[in-house]
Amino acid sequence: MEKYYLGIDLGSTTSKAVIINSSDKIIGRGITNTRANYKVAADIAREEAIYDARFTLLANKIKADMESKPEFKKYMEDVRTVFQYQQFKRRMESLEKMLRKTVSEFTHANKDAVAEKLSALLENIRPQIRNEFVYGNLGSKNQFFRDIVSEKYNIEVALVGKEFYEPLMLAFDKSITPVENEMVQYNFKELVLESMTLLEEKYQGLAEQQEDGSKEDWYYAELNALKNNYKNVEISLRGHIEAIASDEINIAKMVGTGYGRALLPFPEDCIKSEILCHAFGAHALFPNTRTVLDIGGQDTKAIQVDSHGLVTSFHMNDRCAAGCGRYLGYIADEFGISLNELGPEANKATKETVICSTCTVFAGAEVKELLHSGEERPNILAGLHKAIVQRAMSLIARSGGVKNEFTFTGGVARNEAVLRYVKQMVVDSYGEVTMNIHTDSIFMGALGGAMFARRNISADLPIAKKTKEVEV
Amino acid sequence: MAQEAQKERSMILQKEMIDGLFNDLAKAKETGKKVCYTFIPGNLSELIRTFDMLPVYPEINALQSAMRKKSAAYIKEAEKNAHSEDVCTYVKCDVGMMMKGNIGPTGLKIPEPDILLLSYTGCFTFLKWFETLKREYPNAKVIMVHTPYQENAQMTPEMTQYMVKQFKEEVIPQMEAVTGIKYDEEKLKRHLVLAKEAQDLITKIFDTTKHRPSPIDAYFAGVYYIGPINIGFRGTQEAVDYYKELYSEIQERIRLGLGPITPEGEMKEEKYRLVVEGPPNWTSFREFWKIFYDMGAVIVASSYTKVGGVYDMGWRHDSTRPLESLAEYCMNCYTNLSIPQRIDLISKCITEYHADGYVTNSIKSCNSFSAGQLGMMREIEDRLEVPVGFIESDLVDPRYFSYSNIKNRLESYFQMLEQRRIIKETEVV
Repeated sequence: MEKYYLGIDLGSTTSKAVIINSSDKIIGRGITNTRANYKVAADIAREEAIYDARFTLLANKIKADMESKPEFKKYMEDVRTVFQYQQFKRRMESLEKMLRKTVSEFTHANKDAVAEKLSALLENIRPQIRNEFVYGNLGSKNQFFRDIVSEKYNIEVALVGKEFYEPLMLAFDKSITPVENEMVQYNFKELVLESMTLLEEKYQGLAEQQEDGSKEDWYYAELNALKNNYKNVEISLRGHIEAIASDEINIAKMVGTGYGRALLPFPEDCIKSEILCHAFGAHALFPNTRTVLDIGGQDTKAIQVDSHGLVTSFHMNDRCAAGCGRYLGYIADEFGISLNELGPEANKATKETVICSTCTVFAGAEVKELLHSGEERPNILAGLHKAIVQRAMSLIARSGGVKNEFTFTGGVARNEAVLRYVKQMVVDSYGEVTMNIHTDSIFMGALGGAMFARRNISADLPIAKKTKEVEV
Repeated sequence: MAQEAQKERSMILQKEMIDGLFNDLAKAKETGKKVCYTFIPGNLSELIRTFDMLPVYPEINALQSAMRKKSAAYIKEAEKNAHSEDVCTYVKCDVGMMMKGNIGPTGLKIPEPDILLLSYTGCFTFLKWFETLKREYPNAKVIMVHTPYQENAQMTPEMTQYMVKQFKEEVIPQMEAVTGIKYDEEKLKRHLVLAKEAQDLITKIFDTTKHRPSPIDAYFAGVYYIGPINIGFRGTQEAVDYYKELYSEIQERIRLGLGPITPEGEMKEEKYRLVVEGPPNWTSFREFWKIFYDMGAVIVASSYTKVGGVYDMGWRHDSTRPLESLAEYCMNCYTNLSIPQRIDLISKCITEYHADGYVTNSIKSCNSFSAGQLGMMREIEDRLEVPVGFIESDLVDPRYFSYSNIKNRLESYFQMLEQRRIIKETEVV
């Protein structure tokens, strides 16, 4: 039986899981937002990675078809998106139940009216989200359950009238956390088959739709291929799905890393520092890497590695997390936009406003002042992004500078404005060096963990040791 | 068991010495002894003894307050009295202690100073610290000695003469005036002979880390070992006796092949040998130490234990040149060495004690130590290809010790050491 290796990176903002095969190839990725219950976050990330691994194995089985027939490729993409929706739907059902229960326990005089408004609100958002998953691109937006629901919920709540605003927001705040901390097990096969039924509906509808020339040519080409052939794809897939769904994904060994690693229910020798994991992961994808910059939720790390991908020195931010991902999260909240929108918005800037980077909360105050004095939002955001990168550059300098090649990892590497400033400032300070950024940047720590798991390199940690506390 | 009993004996000796000093201080008014406040770096312990004075070391009081969990309240008191958050926390802790009645670490009141003796001026904060004390104790005589910095990595005869001149023209006459005792050079010489003896012993003690396993931890236990030589007993028979006792205890540990003693008993396995730069954190001293010994890390040398005198390179007090010797002692204290000298000294320790790594604990409020630390670390890393680690904390302000962050960084560092060790032994697949 093929052996797989799991790496889990429990970060302060997101939890990531990566499954690799015995030749270090990534076959599954899972990501979720880190929540109060770390174990649930780790379990969800792992489950996601296992679903993803099953899809990868499925894609491998129909590789030849996928390469030669565009309808297979398109169908696989769609089935995965709808699969996400099915997962979402189940958690949403749980949230709806919880919301209703929360409202029923309210002591407000208008409790019944609130319950009615809630029902109407849920009726409104349910089809919206469904459509965005099935027909739109919500599945590819990297948004977590909480983000998707709260975005829609907030819009609806704003429309229901002042007297309902407070109780409805309170109901949401009280309900979302327990639902998020609930581990929901899905049946892979059941969900895929349901997804296929839903897709049938979608394609049938599309088959009746006429080309109107409003989209790109490739869109119609793929669509046409599917419209006419989806039944063949479906039949061909069904057999494979049965097999894949019942296949055991045998995780031979796993390694946990990340800020929350001490809380992972892993044996002592299966826990590794995220510094080593990020470096090892980055080095696996880019073997010539010598300097790694990782900007995560509350840590920024500048790491120097040798030709084996092993750390020779590192430097981390101390005393303050200003300049890390959380800074961006805070700023996004200040502007009332999502994290994903920050980078594109900052890239619209015509100039960069100078913003202090020493304290996140102070930067928030500066933002308010700048907005008040009429500064454009993109310009302020550009300044904020630049401030973060300046902090990172100072850390790199402290760790010994940038050596060729330079690899940028971590969740923040997904932000295009940060990326732009990193490139610019690295070149300004260190000249032309090869810079690597991979779409899997956020998974680098988990990948490194999985690779350590495969190599069985142990490293001692005192975490599980229950020594008696010393009196001081 | 025999080990534990022996270990206790040197500790008992030290405790008796310290208690004795604080008792003498508490009774100074009755006995008529004069009190001299001074600092550890460049302390003129033997000269103070020559004039029968009792020394008070404000920074020792500050670190003792921190270990007794009293520094937070003292610092708060000082901040209430307009000392900024950024001021050295030793200063604030000391000033706060004074404001709250000047009760010392043993619970006895510390008398007011008759003399404020500043014999090391490399730390600018020391100057401002004594300015503050001068305002609080207007009757105290301030004696300030300018100690030239070893910028060119050497002590020239001119530098020594410059200091001797200050001793002759300023320090000694003022001490004579305050104490009413005439300067007795023969007495000073006798103290210097004993000082040299203690220095020889402490050098041998810190040199025992050459053994595997190292019988002592030269940082966490080292800070206790430097107690007597640093807080006014250098130049006394008591200090010589203490170090003889300690040395024989350590010899016994070596004979039995034992590792260092930690608060949780003996360290079982020596996995990593480290050299540490910078003072420790005092508010969470035990927790800080525990991170190291839990990982099997022993500190084989530290720059902090040289803060009251650098004896590794062979320098000793010399009774045949008493005042010149005092001058050289002041110039030769660790933070008065130039950065290249400090790099050489640390490199020597790393090489001779076969250290696996070098860790810097950078102190937020200590300029004397922090300036140049990063550059030193890079140079040492390049020169010796030794894995380096960098953490940040503070001396006595508990607000600046972030346990989880320090632990996270140290865990990563130890794993890095472990990994490199494995690589050395076997190539990675």
